Amino acid sequence: MSNDYSQLGQLRPDFAAIAAWLPQGASVLDLGCGDGSLLRYLRETRGVRGYGVEISDADVAACIANNVNVIQNDLESGLADFESNSFDFVILSQTLQATRHTEPLMQEMLRVGREGIVSFPNFGYWKNRVNILRGNMPVSKDLPYQWYDTPNVHLCTLHDFETFCRKYRMLILDRRVMAGGSAVNMLPNLLGSTAVYRFRRAA
Amino acid sequence: MDNSVGIVSAQRAQFDTPLLCKSGVVLPRYELVYETYGTLNADRSNAVLICHALSGHHHVAGIYADDPRNIGWWDNLIGSGKPIDTDKFFVIGLNNLGGCHGSTGPSSIDTASGQPYGASFPLVTVEDWVESQSRLADQLGIQQFAAVIGGSLGGMQAMQWSLSYPERVRHVLAIATAPHLTAENIAFNDVARNAILTDPDFYGGNFYRHGVVPTRGLRLARMLGHITYLSDDAMADKFGRSLRSGKLGYSYDIEFEIESYLRYQGDKFAAYFDANTYLLMTKALDYFDPARAFDGNLNRAFAAAQAKFLVVSFTTDWRFAPQRSREIVRALLHNKRDVSYAEISSNHGHDSFLMEDAHYFEVMRNYMNTIAQEFAA
Repeated sequence: MSNDYSQLGQLRPDFAAIAAWLPQGASVLDLGCGDGSLLRYLRETRGVRGYGVEISDADVAACIANNVNVIQNDLESGLADFESNSFDFVILSQTLQATRHTEPLMQEMLRVGREGIVSFPNFGYWKNRVNILRGNMPVSKDLPYQWYDTPNVHLCTLHDFETFCRKYRMLILDRRVMAGGSAVNMLPNLLGSTAVYRFRRAA
Repeated sequence: MDNSVGIVSAQRAQFDTPLLCKSGVVLPRYELVYETYGTLNADRSNAVLICHALSGHHHVAGIYADDPRNIGWWDNLIGSGKPIDTDKFFVIGLNNLGGCHGSTGPSSIDTASGQPYGASFPLVTVEDWVESQSRLADQLGIQQFAAVIGGSLGGMQAMQWSLSYPERVRHVLAIATAPHLTAENIAFNDVARNAILTDPDFYGGNFYRHGVVPTRGLRLARMLGHITYLSDDAMADKFGRSLRSGKLGYSYDIEFEIESYLRYQGDKFAAYFDANTYLLMTKALDYFDPARAFDGNLNRAFAAAQAKFLVVSFTTDWRFAPQRSREIVRALLHNKRDVSYAEISSNHGHDSFLMEDAHYFEVMRNYMNTIAQEFAA
């Protein structure tokens, strides 16, 4: 079982990118943690300890089955259960685009944690642009929803996200851009399908 | 019956070491009645203690040979292949000290006087119960519980275990409970107590020697309590404004279905439950407040806990609301303890913790399975 999880990084390069940033034994809060896969992977590869926050009943039950600490709560109501500076890292993995109150939540991440980590699908990815040019909303592995059933309300491009961070005084420390499991270094906003950022409050 | 633990029988444990209660009163000797299900494993690491709530007892699962309709109060949760799986765990249910189902309580005969204890039985607290339960664990050769589990007042005992004996409990499952009662909650308890205390048949708690039972007070107490264990929605669904006869009678007889139901519940309860035990249990609820010794700071109170926690609440439970469970969760988070919290959508108010619900039971099953993996590995 634990082998499955330590090899999950091959299937999920965004998980591997996050793991590479975390020192051994870091404390982590994973917002919108789903079934707890990321936390379990980070526990087994980096020895991190921490908690997930999840609203879905099925995912909460799955986290418990995965032996991952999970607190059932709605992210949109803030992180009031968590004390300031109580975690090394607060992670928002593939959830940013589905949050309604995105800016307050990002601020909350940096209240609760020393650093924030965010991953999201890049709406500026060239295939998405081609879809739009053809006249359709993009549907892909990273954006697997139809326009009428998507939970995504705040899709953005890498440029948008970086502009947002500047505006709200969040300092980007590192960035990994990927497409199809490989790192993208050239023209990331065009060639990257998904991105992971590490940031903290600007001094 | 499917996957029931089957026919069970109660056992008694005798304790001759005096118990110094929180109140300062010493109970020189006492008995606890208990049941067990499943088998204690070789290294005695699979024991689970079930703590009961206000009106509960030791008959948690299974049936009695001479009374097959008397099914344990948490039988839906405990048995072979059930969320608390008796193929994996050795499960213990007991009747708390002060109870009226066989353990020493106000209605028991005090050997010193040859009379029922009555008013002279000490007001026992959650801490006292945990102390008495730890002695039962000693007798059964259990040094450490895999889990202590309870709902409502039972959840308070489960939490207290992690504070009184941090090294003796690996997991606490605190369900539909709170770190202390609110003023509103104490108020409900006090009205219930007043119904009993002012019943002319109460005789200051010594009604046994008068050959009477304060039935009116006890049934009023139960009727009030029962209202608070249900939700507005559940009552609306179950009874609405239905009339028994279909038309208004312009009298004070039973007319609405809810009246009929509450009176039935009150009568049923008053026929078997001891009034002094009811008083004592509500007081134990009121007194429970682990933060009290720490200037009201729950974070500091939970610093002693080492166990891993599962905290469960129910959306329509207004007597032990989800917000109260969150207070427990926050104190555990503050102390960086392992904790999971599930808020179950349920229509049944406080009573939800006793009812079968697919998601609730899945959460319980998944959590118990992770515990079982610790000693199966």
